Amino acid sequence: MIKKTAAQMSAALTSGETTSVALTQSHLDRINEVDPKVKAFLHVDGENALAQAAKVDAERAAGKKLHPLAGIPLALKDVLAQEGVPTTAGSKILQGWKPPYDSTVVSKLKQAGVVILGKTNMDEFAMGSSTENSGYGPTFNPWDLSRTPGGSSGGSAAAVSAFEAPIAVGSDTGGSIRQPAALTGIVGVRPTYGAVSRYGLIAYSSSLDQAGPFGRTVLDTALLHEVMAGHDPKDATSINAAVPNVVAAARSADVKGKKIGVIKQLQGSGYQAGVLARFNESLETLASLGAEIVEVDCPSFEFALAAYYLIAPSECSSNLARFDAMRYGLRTGDVDGASAETVMNATREAGFGREVKRRIILGTYALSSGYYDAYYGSAQKIRTLIIEDYKKAFTQADVLVSPTSPITAFKIGEKSEDPIAMYLADVATIPVNLAGICGMSLPAGLADEDGLPVGFQIMAPAMQDQRLYEVGGALEAALVSKWGGHLIDQVPALGGAK
Amino acid sequence: MSSLSRDDVAKLASLARIEMTEEELVNLASQFGSILDAVARVQELDLAGVKATSHPQPIENIFREDQVQPSLTPEQALSGAPAQEDQRFRVPQILGEAE
Repeated sequence: MIKKTAAQMSAALTSGETTSVALTQSHLDRINEVDPKVKAFLHVDGENALAQAAKVDAERAAGKKLHPLAGIPLALKDVLAQEGVPTTAGSKILQGWKPPYDSTVVSKLKQAGVVILGKTNMDEFAMGSSTENSGYGPTFNPWDLSRTPGGSSGGSAAAVSAFEAPIAVGSDTGGSIRQPAALTGIVGVRPTYGAVSRYGLIAYSSSLDQAGPFGRTVLDTALLHEVMAGHDPKDATSINAAVPNVVAAARSADVKGKKIGVIKQLQGSGYQAGVLARFNESLETLASLGAEIVEVDCPSFEFALAAYYLIAPSECSSNLARFDAMRYGLRTGDVDGASAETVMNATREAGFGREVKRRIILGTYALSSGYYDAYYGSAQKIRTLIIEDYKKAFTQADVLVSPTSPITAFKIGEKSEDPIAMYLADVATIPVNLAGICGMSLPAGLADEDGLPVGFQIMAPAMQDQRLYEVGGALEAALVSKWGGHLIDQVPALGGAK
Repeated sequence: MSSLSRDDVAKLASLARIEMTEEELVNLASQFGSILDAVARVQELDLAGVKATSHPQPIENIFREDQVQPSLTPEQALSGAPAQEDQRFRVPQILGEAE
């Protein structure tokens, strides 16, 4: 049952073929079996998960009308607050912290009857592209345990691709859902900025952060998207509009007559040959389904990476000021006579990891007087140019596409000593975040040179998230029929042997 | 080539309230040149007349009636406190001898 899709599990629950308790227990057993190798989870919450499953089973037995995802297990990125459950954002500074409240995403999951299995590993405060920056050690890619699953939502992506959970929640500030989805051969969506509430999402870069869904299929991802999204008065940037009908779009899966814009700037040099080969094949597949392929020019995208690595660190240097050792989290150096400032300095030194310190210092520099206009100010203007490039491109095409990541999954340790090389992993995903629009990554096949998954990225205008699912659903259906099954069926077994 | 000295990094670390070790200061200073070169690409374009975007969507102030609503209890609010006393956060000395 754990190899099935969430939609199939839902049907099996409805028909009485299985129960949520049995389904949840199978996933907990799977976690027990493979997570010592994958290390997707920071905290497994078996007791609460089984209690929630039993509650849903009882409601079902009583004839209550349930959400399609009621009783379905899920993995939750540790960046989202869950009442009474350890929440660390991958940082030592929050070790042992149990939030006194639920994030809105968690409230919505609970309301739908989703079973939260536990909290997944991530780059500390979502800063990274490999999950190696976690304060609790890296997560390993189920396709090849010597490689990273991408990041920062690497734990959630690895959990879904290792069949530890059928669906998972991640967050995407510069590609942190789409890039790990690409590197682990699954589907991941970054919804439109403001579509999913940020209340209780531990902030990294507030103008870019957005939580979103992972699944092994486009439809499963849509089902979770629908649960997570919606207006929330607790988030002042939450969009007060109806959630696009993403589930219907995933089922319709129609691209006939649609215009697909290939972004000229997001391909070519720096992109691995096998990534480009699978990308181009996917374009041919879309064309064969009746879509029209056009090329679009987005000249400012060349500067997106530089703008992002000024804007995000600037916002983080401000956001992470809240970790001051006073109200919650770690406090060190609190000896007799020590001042608050000394304690604060010592705590932040002990609690933050290398990449977090690097970004705080970079942001402090970019915002300091004398440099503000040259760095942060210029980056904000580049952001405007990127938004204008997208606006123009969306007059020529319904959706835009590119490879999700220029490369397939890289080795643990390969880029961890070279921050610039690591930052390049996000080159194709960052423009979406800067413009506040939505994007999906779905599997496009395996690269010939290394046999690792390649991701195909689809982008759509703000609050047009359904277009991602229409095009993604159509491409997925065609590829699955060509492959004779989902790409994830080819992932190594992990169980048993070493 | 941009560069930042060990002392520059120490000043930034002090502004950011992080007490870095000597090794961290030296390492960060040595990496900073290449990071600044990479982000300084934002200065290559002529940006005169381009408006700055601080946020991807138009934001307006949102108001609500000033009514009492359910909130955390003192016990909940203090549940993660490193130290507490009489329903308050207990913090190290803020004013006084330490400068």
